[in-house]
Amino acid sequence: MTLQTTIDRLPPTRSAPPGALASALKQVARLGESWPAMIGGGLVLFWVAMAVLAPVLAPHPPNANNMAALAYPFPSAKHWLGTDHLGRDILSRLMWGARTVLLVAPVAVLGAAVIGSFLGLMAGYYRGWVDGVISRVGDIILSFPVIILYMIILAKFGSSALNIIVVIAVTKAPIIARIVRGITLELRERDYVMAAKMRGESSLYIMFFEILPNARGPLIVDFCLRLGYTTIIIGVLGFLGIGLPPPDPDWGGMVKDTYGMMLVWPHMSLIPCAAVSSLVIGFNLLAIGLREISLRD
Amino acid sequence: MLRFFGKHALFMVITLIAVSFIVFMMNEFSPGDVARKELGAYATQEQVDLLTERLGLNRPVVVRYFEYIGKLLQGDLGYSQRFKVPVSDIIFNRLGNTAFLAAISFALIVPLSMLLGIVAGMREGSLVDRSITIFATMAASVPEFAMGVFLASIFVVWLKVLPGTATLLPDAAGWSIGAQLVLPVAVIVLYDMGYVVSMIRASMVEVMQRPYIRTAVLKGMSFRRVILRHALRNAMINPVTVIMLQINYLIAGVVVVETVFAYPGFGRMMLEAALFKDIALIEAGALVAVFVCVATQILGDLGYMALDPRIRA
Amino acid sequence: MTDRTVSPLLEFRNARISFMLRVGEANVIPGLSFSINPGEAMGLVGESGCGKSTVALAIMRYLGRAGRVTSGQIMFEGRDIASMSEDELRRIRGKRLAMVYQDPMSSLNPVKTIGSQLMEVPIIHDDADEAKARAMALRMLDEVKLPDAASVMNRYPHQLSGGQQQRVVIAMALITQPSLLVMDEPTTGLDVTVEAAVLDLVRELRQRHNSAILFISHNLGTVVRVCDRIGVMYAGEMVEQGTIREVFANPGHPYTRGLLDCLPTLGRDKHGSPLSTIPGQVGSPLSRPPGCSFAKRCAFAEEGRCTTVPIAIETLGGGHLAQCVRTRELPPYQRREGLSGVGNDDESVPAMLEITALRKTYRQTHGLFGDTGKTVKALNDVDMFAKPGKTLAIVGESGCGKSTLAKVLSGLVTSTDGAVRLEREEIGTVGVDKRPQSLKRKLQMVFQNPDSTLNPSHSVGYVIGRALRRLKGMSRREAENETARLLDVVKLNGDFAHRKPHQLSGGQKQRIAIARALAGDPEVMIADEPVSALDVSVQAAIINLLNELQTERKTTFLFISHDLAVVRYMADHVAVMYLGKVVEFGRAAEVFEPPFHPYTEALLSAAPVPDPTRQGERIILDGALPSATDLPPGCPFSSRCPRKVGAICDTTPPPEQQLGHGHRIACHIPAVELVALQRGGAPAKVAAKA
Repeated sequence: MTLQTTIDRLPPTRSAPPGALASALKQVARLGESWPAMIGGGLVLFWVAMAVLAPVLAPHPPNANNMAALAYPFPSAKHWLGTDHLGRDILSRLMWGARTVLLVAPVAVLGAAVIGSFLGLMAGYYRGWVDGVISRVGDIILSFPVIILYMIILAKFGSSALNIIVVIAVTKAPIIARIVRGITLELRERDYVMAAKMRGESSLYIMFFEILPNARGPLIVDFCLRLGYTTIIIGVLGFLGIGLPPPDPDWGGMVKDTYGMMLVWPHMSLIPCAAVSSLVIGFNLLAIGLREISLRD
Repeated sequence: MLRFFGKHALFMVITLIAVSFIVFMMNEFSPGDVARKELGAYATQEQVDLLTERLGLNRPVVVRYFEYIGKLLQGDLGYSQRFKVPVSDIIFNRLGNTAFLAAISFALIVPLSMLLGIVAGMREGSLVDRSITIFATMAASVPEFAMGVFLASIFVVWLKVLPGTATLLPDAAGWSIGAQLVLPVAVIVLYDMGYVVSMIRASMVEVMQRPYIRTAVLKGMSFRRVILRHALRNAMINPVTVIMLQINYLIAGVVVVETVFAYPGFGRMMLEAALFKDIALIEAGALVAVFVCVATQILGDLGYMALDPRIRA
Repeated sequence: MTDRTVSPLLEFRNARISFMLRVGEANVIPGLSFSINPGEAMGLVGESGCGKSTVALAIMRYLGRAGRVTSGQIMFEGRDIASMSEDELRRIRGKRLAMVYQDPMSSLNPVKTIGSQLMEVPIIHDDADEAKARAMALRMLDEVKLPDAASVMNRYPHQLSGGQQQRVVIAMALITQPSLLVMDEPTTGLDVTVEAAVLDLVRELRQRHNSAILFISHNLGTVVRVCDRIGVMYAGEMVEQGTIREVFANPGHPYTRGLLDCLPTLGRDKHGSPLSTIPGQVGSPLSRPPGCSFAKRCAFAEEGRCTTVPIAIETLGGGHLAQCVRTRELPPYQRREGLSGVGNDDESVPAMLEITALRKTYRQTHGLFGDTGKTVKALNDVDMFAKPGKTLAIVGESGCGKSTLAKVLSGLVTSTDGAVRLEREEIGTVGVDKRPQSLKRKLQMVFQNPDSTLNPSHSVGYVIGRALRRLKGMSRREAENETARLLDVVKLNGDFAHRKPHQLSGGQKQRIAIARALAGDPEVMIADEPVSALDVSVQAAIINLLNELQTERKTTFLFISHDLAVVRYMADHVAVMYLGKVVEFGRAAEVFEPPFHPYTEALLSAAPVPDPTRQGERIILDGALPSATDLPPGCPFSSRCPRKVGAICDTTPPPEQQLGHGHRIACHIPAVELVALQRGGAPAKVAAKA
């Protein structure tokens, strides 16, 4: 509410932004109408800032061992959040770790969204055997427990950021395809689609310009949710030891290396756990907020 | 009914064939791999080639795939390189352990999520709804390993009332098996419930806006009666498939919890197999996992049909 | 009419109802007073957004969390509903006060049997045991004339037709003999013959149960059919109320007059005069003008007197009230009707569109693999034609094949057999994506639902511009100029180009849709129920617009509708369809005069007529539409025909009787006899067997 009112009271800017930008800004401003969106957006923004500014703000190099610090690895003036079992600064590793998560997760989800939207459009628009094949293959992928799939694939092909992105994109695409297919099945019967056909539009035009824009609401909400789940998956992969190769910081990996020492140095695993959780909570609250706002229209 | 089972059985068979073929191809497409694995990294290329020849691994992959299927059908799942026992000796033992953990968790998740989901969804936007929604979101947002670490730091490190591992063996500290299971079950239930509660709540909210609920209220029924007689069953139609799919997660997806608490379960076995590249175990494990998945889907569809008369044509 | 000796059953005492929204208080009902006596039936009419449904839900005290009665009282049986406790409320809801809803399918719980939903009412209210409740439910199902009540008890709502579902809802409402029955648009969405049957049932049950009725409808004709008194609502105010006869004969409020005048009543046609319209639209409940809320749209409004102070309610005698300062100054009311003119019809002009022996069959499928091997005959030997610059109207109820016909013409599906020729070019077998651009330009379409006709993501300018670019190959700039011109043609301001659909009213959306169809200067325009989702005043304006366009551009219209009055007004030729067959075809003037095909006769008799002086006995059709998978070998209408002559109707297809000027009737009864039966008033088998 507050953000909205502030924006309402602002004097009109001299060069009014063109239509698309203005409406996009208006959409962003509307996030202020929902407190889950505010808090969620705030958390996400915080981590994005951390990730972007890591090279500037991080007090130590992320992989620098300070064996001397192991005498007292707990939070101190020198190491605000303490150091890990190898004497590396936890705060710096968190900031650098945020970079990986916030790079891998959006790219993977975007990949899933692109593949999924395309397949969903095709299945819902053409129906018949196209739908049959796409939906069945999707069901098979979805029926496979993802974690086991990741273990098999990443163990086989080795884990790199690219492999993780590809695997997540492929396994999450069927979910998005299912959503888009449902929407497409409904929208393809709308009269405006018929009108487009009657003026001779191609199937591709109809799919991408008449149908897809109307699916953007649910897709954006799902994108946020999916980002949350993907953050969890990246954390889990790191925790299981099949995530990004060491020594570069990775939140899940930080927990994996230190949770065995919890009885002595609990902060080493607690802090990265809190970091992952706060980012996922951020994404999920943002999704809830976006859904609330879209339902109000 | 016959048609239903026929269709699902067909889908299950197709899925199993597809998955076994993909997994087999992935692991055994290049003939050298298996022999190399068998002999270790220090074997010479000649030794590898010799073994490949002897095992018949240089024959076309499709031929080998059918041989493999033939063995599977006779109950021969192969030999585990990692555990040095026949696959069937280890896999069912581990699967049993996991099923045990899953059964306890499932028995808690279903009633708890139904209760919370229905109570939250019946008055959308109320304080109770808000609180339950926040709880569910938080629970589903904290990854299992983080939840494990949080709970362990409270109950193991700080309060010292529970053990940090669940090896199912009577350990030195003398924790009972019951006490060992508390934390793993708590983590699974919290994490999974968050998701299921949100699903049921969303469905309930939608049902409460249906005109037939208005009809029921305006018939002069008490709110309680409206919920129990008119809303409940409709609200469970969509979530029932999701709930059944949780069995899938509970059997094959709890590897993280098993790892955190050193629980000797199916997921951790698969992780070890994958890290060790124990091909026979990976292949058998994948098939078992897919079988469980498709079976739970059938259960879900059955539940759906039982609740909704519109699709029982 | 308001009898002082009886105390009213329901009384609104200056009740003010608001919804508290995020944007502020929406005062939907500013202060409403009216009453209903025991056993009386009162109709409530008005266009969408006038607050009718809010009144209904306020009576039930079901306004949601945002809605409340902010002042005044709603008295029911002497007690204020707003101040009752939840317990008291529960005891009267469903017992003394029952409701029937607009959409019966969604008002019934899909997972519970009809029996259990009926039985729970006496179980809650009368402490009935299972057996007693069952007996009551069965008796009620018999009373609402559902055949085989015992088996209906065990069925689920989706296994019944719309008309049957509504009978169940009515049975559920009446099972406890309530003193007031609130019916909110109970027949909207039902076919006209089904509607007629339900209305007759309501009339009959009303007499038997002596329940008072508040009957809410946007359709003046249905209100006339069941009610004694009528209240006309506008912007939350009851601008006029009185007995049906009084209000219809002498409407005291300009809005009531407007509503009556903009209806195309049977007998009027476009050659007579254009329909009257009510300009403008209802204001927002977020801000109300100080004076009369109708003043802005009123032809009689006087600046000052009408616009500055709240308007008092004037008494016109006999309980006839009107909220208008000028009500006594209005000219005497003259009902506009019978204005039919003569169209020039040169029979030698070749048809623009000619359909011969057209068939369309679908294979019925069941799920993914299941092909049931059955075929649905959606169109079965259909013959008709449309003359250039004229309107061919197709009427019939749901399932008659009129939508399939539109789909074949538009190329969404292709014909199975027969010919569809547009200026001698075969189009029935050519799917829309195979049609050359020149053909697409020639044939365009206007759709039924204003909410789905425009893509919510595109601006009006984009929609029309895109059509111009595709159909006329214009450049972006040319299209922009032409868009402004087209908006002008459909009487919209050029600024509309920048609007998105959610900023438009239903009527405006339909105008945009018409402009889009006009983009390519089509020779033929298919209009599939283009006005049926619109309010009557808007409907009239769109009909006038279509007729004007036709006169100017000589466009041929194919007008699909279920509303006979609209068809009579619009059409030059009419095709009456039933179960995929044309049962009667001819020039409009001839189709609407005897001899009628018995189905045309039934349709005409079922159509609600908004005139209390013209309510004859009606033909009620028995039974349900036969399934299109196994059509009877004889006449498709034989199973429900009130004039059926015998076994021949079931076994032999009826002959097509040619009656001159292309008028033809497919019936076994010779036309001469039909004329005698229908003119002489020999009643068809009326009403259903009890």
